[in-house]
Amino acid sequence: MFSVFLQFLFSGLTTGAVYALVGLGFNIVYNSTSIINLAQGEFVVIGGLMMWYFSELLKIPFFLSLLSTIAVSALIGLIMERLTIRPLLKKADLLLMIMVTIAVSIFIRGLVMFKFGKEPYTYPPFTEGDPLIIYGAVIQQQTLWVIGITGLCIVVLYLFFNKMMLGKAMRACSVEPRAARLMGISVSKVVMLSFVISAVVGAVGGIAITPISLMEYDKGPMLAVKGFCASIMGGLGRGRGAVIGGFVLGILESLTAGYIHSGLKDAVALIIMLFILFFKPAGIFGSAQIARLRKF
Amino acid sequence: MLLQVRNISKSFGGLNALRNVCFSVREGEIHALIGPNGAGKTTMLNIISGIESPDSGEIVFKGEIVNGRPPEKRAKKGLSRTFQHLELFNDMTVIENIMVGCYLKTRSGFFRSGLLLPGTKRDEREIYERSCEILDYINLSKRRDEMAKTLPVGEQRVLEIGRALATEPDLLLLDEPAAGLNIRETRELGELIGKIRKERGVTVLIVEHDMELVMRISDNITVLNFGEVIADGPPIEIQKDPQVIAAYLGEDE
Amino acid sequence: MSRDDLIVILFLIATVILLPLISGSSYLLSVGIFAGINALVAIGLTILMGYAGQVSLGQAGFYGIGAYVSSIMSLKLGLPVMISMVIAMLAAAIAAILLSVPALRLKGHYLAVATLGFGEIIYVILNEWGPGGPSGFGDIPYFSLLGYTLTSSQEYFWLIWGCVIIVMAFSLNLINSITGRALRAIHGSEVASVSMGIDVVRLKIKVFVLSAIYASLAGSLYAHYVTFVSPSSFSLFYSILVLMMVVLGGMSNLWGGITGAIIITLLPEVLRGFKEYDILIYGLILTLSLLFMRKGIVPLVIEAIRRRG
Repeated sequence: MFSVFLQFLFSGLTTGAVYALVGLGFNIVYNSTSIINLAQGEFVVIGGLMMWYFSELLKIPFFLSLLSTIAVSALIGLIMERLTIRPLLKKADLLLMIMVTIAVSIFIRGLVMFKFGKEPYTYPPFTEGDPLIIYGAVIQQQTLWVIGITGLCIVVLYLFFNKMMLGKAMRACSVEPRAARLMGISVSKVVMLSFVISAVVGAVGGIAITPISLMEYDKGPMLAVKGFCASIMGGLGRGRGAVIGGFVLGILESLTAGYIHSGLKDAVALIIMLFILFFKPAGIFGSAQIARLRKF
Repeated sequence: MLLQVRNISKSFGGLNALRNVCFSVREGEIHALIGPNGAGKTTMLNIISGIESPDSGEIVFKGEIVNGRPPEKRAKKGLSRTFQHLELFNDMTVIENIMVGCYLKTRSGFFRSGLLLPGTKRDEREIYERSCEILDYINLSKRRDEMAKTLPVGEQRVLEIGRALATEPDLLLLDEPAAGLNIRETRELGELIGKIRKERGVTVLIVEHDMELVMRISDNITVLNFGEVIADGPPIEIQKDPQVIAAYLGEDE
Repeated sequence: MSRDDLIVILFLIATVILLPLISGSSYLLSVGIFAGINALVAIGLTILMGYAGQVSLGQAGFYGIGAYVSSIMSLKLGLPVMISMVIAMLAAAIAAILLSVPALRLKGHYLAVATLGFGEIIYVILNEWGPGGPSGFGDIPYFSLLGYTLTSSQEYFWLIWGCVIIVMAFSLNLINSITGRALRAIHGSEVASVSMGIDVVRLKIKVFVLSAIYASLAGSLYAHYVTFVSPSSFSLFYSILVLMMVVLGGMSNLWGGITGAIIITLLPEVLRGFKEYDILIYGLILTLSLLFMRKGIVPLVIEAIRRRG
């Protein structure tokens, strides 16, 4: 009994880790631009598929593949920002920006489908070896990698945004862009950087999760929805909240699939999201006042 | 009393925007709300019109406490306004802007409009005629079919007043209507406000920085500084009030 | 509606009547029928986006409700098709009210994602609990009215485009009315609209419900024409497709919806040989039109005509 529960728990933590990363990606872009980048999920797909491309197809050694994949993802994030976001950001038309990110997500998806087709791809886990047995639950080593890497990402991002000059500058920008600009911080550089960072974060999630759950061209939108759910659970824009939200969501999904009905798995995120949007838009951890101050 | 502001307080985060503000506006008067920048005047107007809600205190309009009532309900009750940063319907023509103001007085519903039931054409004509009449009144008939965004600022401000007039308000809130106007336009604005009060019986609460205008047209003035009322009375008294003078001297013009 | 609109409507009526008589090609007619069905959904979304300024990524949900509810009512419960369709529209309206009353308090992005979530939930429901599950079901009765059953492509073409014309006329009247002006006002400045006494939230809800009803009508017509439905037709992809129709055609003009619908419906036919490129091309078209042709085809064409004449 308990071992089954533990199994679901770990499975939930694994998928939850990816949701947390996607949620963080949403937050980073939202904080600097007030845009919700609906293409965020596609970066996860890019991470998984490009990693396959470098490590399995081109047979490049692991670390080099890793770096190459991250570089590709960062590049795509950069191109997206320069070509589609920057020219339109000045118009400050929310409707337009939403649709642009949707359009880009479709385009990326189409590109991916064109290059990789519709089949699932995978590559070997980072470490081969026997799974661990904890209280009767079988935990794959890759699971620990996923959780570990996600944790690492969270720590790195925390340090960046709180301890490093550049990160703090980005935060200043999000709170008060005019003041930041007066202090010499380039808002457009901050926007660009936030897209690049969120692309990298998403890709890392994809790289880590693919050995476990495989990667296909169309996983993007669902990941985006769930990542967004994680992000608003914690209150849009708040890093810690997105992380907790992601893990909680992953666990709830896993438990629903395991104990109730596997078909309802996707509905969990949607129902939670609608519930929060309607009753507590500031998020479970957010504060109503701050939510209202946001120029939404 | 047409409007009573009772003990209104409002803070944003740690910032106290308004503290225990009290004043009243008598029916038929032109009442000004003045104070240095950041004194909380626009916030006060927003609370009166219902766009923001106070942390504590009451707004009493026509004898009823209207706290919690959304702006559209207050408009129905007879409260209308203009905006500090113009909020015209830029992609509509001048007359269409006024016609929106007439919405309140119409009855044609959603489905009646779609099905083009008999009443709708007549309602539309009535609205058009009323709007033309208001355009005449504010002297903007020559601009009738031009896009609102093409008008010079002075005329845009007047248009906003016209739009608010179309709702047939009892109380009209004006948020810095003279901002961006030259001397001649400001004088004409003053005349228009006086005309509105006298000929249409509209009570006016005006927030303004232009002291000359304020002193000339107001019956009573409430002075805010740092969110608190520091003076309240007719222009003669306000001009001599030492606290008011100190508050304004402390600010760069 | 304006005089120009009336002229286009008359022209459309003439085309609709004549086309099936001139062309015997049932292929062309069937493409036309799907274009008409999509046009119905697109018109609703155009009003929602272009006039009420709201984004919906969940029109497929209402489309699916229209298809499934009408099919189940007529097939499983034996109700007449017209009644089933009305019930479906009611179901869609109720769903729209339940969704929009809380959702319309949210702004921009939040609403878009809420509708996205809604569309996905409907899809999950259809997939899990719809008759036949993911494979769908068939034997749905043909459309029949007062005892007469429609079976030929010609008849369906007239039926569906007849509906488009009626819906268009209703919508044009609405847009050019007091209500329509209020909607444009909301689009211009919500805070000013509210201060002039317009009940913005209520109006948005009404428009949202209207768009849901149009989509439901389209879904029901689809079901009774194809006589087979499966969840895959009612996925996020369809919601995005409809979005594309509206953006491409131009959301500030009601005729944009029909135009976009015709173009987008024809596109797969044109892209026949390019199956692997299709999503890519859709994404490209959408991105490029947002970047360079933001107003959409119809408004741009109208502007060009005005400048010449």
